Amino acid sequence: MASVTFDKVTKRFDSGLPAVNDFNLVVPDKEFLVLVGPSGSGKSTALRLLAGLEEITEGRIFIGDRLVNNIPPKDRDIAMVFQSYALYPHMTVYDNMAFGLTLRKLPKEEIRRRVDEAARILGIEGFLKRKPRALSGGQRQRVALGRAIVRDPAVFLFDEPLSNLDAKLRVQTRAEISKLHLRLGTTFIYVTHDQVEAMTMATRIVVMNQGTIQQVGTPQELYDRPRNLFVAGFIGSPAMNFFDGTVVQEEGALAIDTGSFKLPVAKEKEKQLSAYLGGKVTLGIRPENIHSADFTPMGIRSEIVEGEVEVTESLGNEEILYLSRDGKQFLARVDPRTDARPGQTIRVAMDFERLHTFDPERGESIGLPATEEKVEREAEAASP
Amino acid sequence: MLDQNGMARSFLNSLIITIPSTLLTILVAAFAAYAFAWMKFPLRNFLFLVMVGLLVVPLQMTLIPVLKLYVSLNEWFGFLGHDVPLLGGRWFGTNSYAGIWVAHTAYGLPFAVYLLRNFFGGLPRDLFESAYLDGASDFKVFRRIVLPLSMPAIAALAIFQFLWVWNDLLVALIFLGDPDRAPMTLTITNLVSSFGTSYQLLTAAAFISMALPLVVFFALQRYFVQGILAGSVKG
Repeated sequence: MASVTFDKVTKRFDSGLPAVNDFNLVVPDKEFLVLVGPSGSGKSTALRLLAGLEEITEGRIFIGDRLVNNIPPKDRDIAMVFQSYALYPHMTVYDNMAFGLTLRKLPKEEIRRRVDEAARILGIEGFLKRKPRALSGGQRQRVALGRAIVRDPAVFLFDEPLSNLDAKLRVQTRAEISKLHLRLGTTFIYVTHDQVEAMTMATRIVVMNQGTIQQVGTPQELYDRPRNLFVAGFIGSPAMNFFDGTVVQEEGALAIDTGSFKLPVAKEKEKQLSAYLGGKVTLGIRPENIHSADFTPMGIRSEIVEGEVEVTESLGNEEILYLSRDGKQFLARVDPRTDARPGQTIRVAMDFERLHTFDPERGESIGLPATEEKVEREAEAASP
Repeated sequence: MLDQNGMARSFLNSLIITIPSTLLTILVAAFAAYAFAWMKFPLRNFLFLVMVGLLVVPLQMTLIPVLKLYVSLNEWFGFLGHDVPLLGGRWFGTNSYAGIWVAHTAYGLPFAVYLLRNFFGGLPRDLFESAYLDGASDFKVFRRIVLPLSMPAIAALAIFQFLWVWNDLLVALIFLGDPDRAPMTLTITNLVSSFGTSYQLLTAAAFISMALPLVVFFALQRYFVQGILAGSVKG
C-alpha cells in the first residue's frame, strides 16, 4: 500500500521526441487512477516507467517515500497485468500464479495459501491444474489478475487489460476489477484508451495526449468541465460537437453566433465571455444536450435549431441522429420516440446552459481557472 | 560384420563425438542467442551481424588456420593430453575427442546462434517483462521461460547439428586422424580403399550409419508438430 509520485518525469526514446513530457502527478494511497488517451499519448510509457520496464530520461518517481529511479522492477513492490495477459504457457495456472512467490523463496505452504486465496476471490479454483491454452480469454485474464494478487504488491498496474475481451465480458470484468479494488484497498493504476472504462472505474482520471497531461480530475469533473478541446472531445461518447462562433451582444445579453444559428449565453458564463465580445470562440455541446424538440426534458433552457437528418442510429433506449446544418455535421442523442428519417429536417432543442466554450487559438476552456491552479498545486506537491 | 574393420568401435566413436558436439553447440548457442535477443549491450547488432556473416565462410578455408591454432593450444594445455583409460580413448589434446567436440561446436555455432536468436526474438516481450516483474533474473528467465518455450527450435537445431556431425567426414579426418577414435564415416571411407569396390560391405555399413539419424529424427519430430506457444498471449 503506497502512494505514487511522478516528479517532472520525461521519457525520450532514441528518436528524440518525448513520449512522456514533464509528467507531474501524485497518486494517493488506495486510489484507482486511470490514465486515458489515444494511442501514442504516452500513457503506457508512463506506466512502464513506473514499473521500471523503461528508463526515465529526466525526473523522479517515488513509490511511497522511496525513490525508485534506480531500483529494478522486481524490487519496486508492484505487480502488473498485461494486455496480452503474458501467462507462462508451459506452466499450469497454479505455477503461473506461484512463479513470483517461488522466486522470492516463500515457504511452500504460504504460497499454496496465497494462490488458493486468490483463486477463490477470482473463482478459478477449478482451473489450477490446467495450462493457459486450455482456458478461455476471460479465464486467462483472471489468472493474470491472480498472478498480480498473490504478490500482494503496494501498487497494481494494469496495461489495457480488457482490450482482448469481448464486449460483454469486458463490462463484467470491469465491475470485477472495481470490486477487487474495494476489497484489496491497494493503489491501482490503470491504462486504457477506452474512455468508458476510465469513466466507470476511476476515482480519478488523467487524460493524456502527445506525452503531456491534459487534465486530471474525477470522471464527473472531466465530463462537466473539460479544460481544453482535447479533453472535451475525448471524454464522452458520442464525442462533443464543436462549432466555430462569434460572441455577439443581443438585447443586452451575450449570445454566440455560429453563422447558422445563435445560442444565448448562460448568465454565469457571461462574465468570462464578455472579454471575447466580437471575437471568435469555439462552441462545444454534447450530443446528449441536444434534444428532440418534441421530447425536451423538463426544466432545461434550450434554443430550437433546425437540422437535416443524414443518418439515424437507433439503440433502443436512445437514438443517435447525424444532423447537418449549412454543411456542418453534428450529432444529437435524442429520445427514441423521435420520428426522424434521413432526408427530413428536424427541430432540435439545444440546452444552452450546458454549453462549453473554448478559446480557438489556445484550445483552452474559457472560464475554468480552477483546474489550472490545481495542476500547479499538484506539481508542487509532487516534490516532497 | 559389426566386428569387422572395427565397425562397432566406430559406431561408438561416432556417438562419443556426436552427442557432446550437439549438446555443447546447443548450450553455447542458446546462451549467446538469449543475449543477442534480449540483453542490452554495446555493439549487439554489429556482433550478431558478424556472427551471421561467418555463415558464408567455407569450412575448408578455415581448416589450416584452425588446425594451427588447435596444435598451438595443445602445446599450452599439453598437460591435459593424457590418455584417459575410459573406453580406451584419448579424450583431451590433439587427435582427441575433446578436440573434435570443440571443432564441431565452433563450426556449428554461427547457424545455431542465428536460428535460436530469431526464435527467442520472436517470443512475446510481455512474457519477459512479466517474469522480470515477478522477480526473475536473466538466468532464471532463460532457464524457466525461454528454454521450455523454445523446445521446437532447439529440437530442430539438435536434429540439424546431430546429422551434420554424424555425417561429417572432413572435420573428423583433419582433427581426428587416429583410427582408434575414427567415427563411422571415416571407417566407411577406408572400407572403399582397402577392399576396392566391395559394395556389399559398403552398403551394409552405410545402412548402419543411417539408422541412428532416423531414430533421432523420429524421437524429436513431435516437437515440430506441437504448438508449444499456444495459450500464452491473447487467444
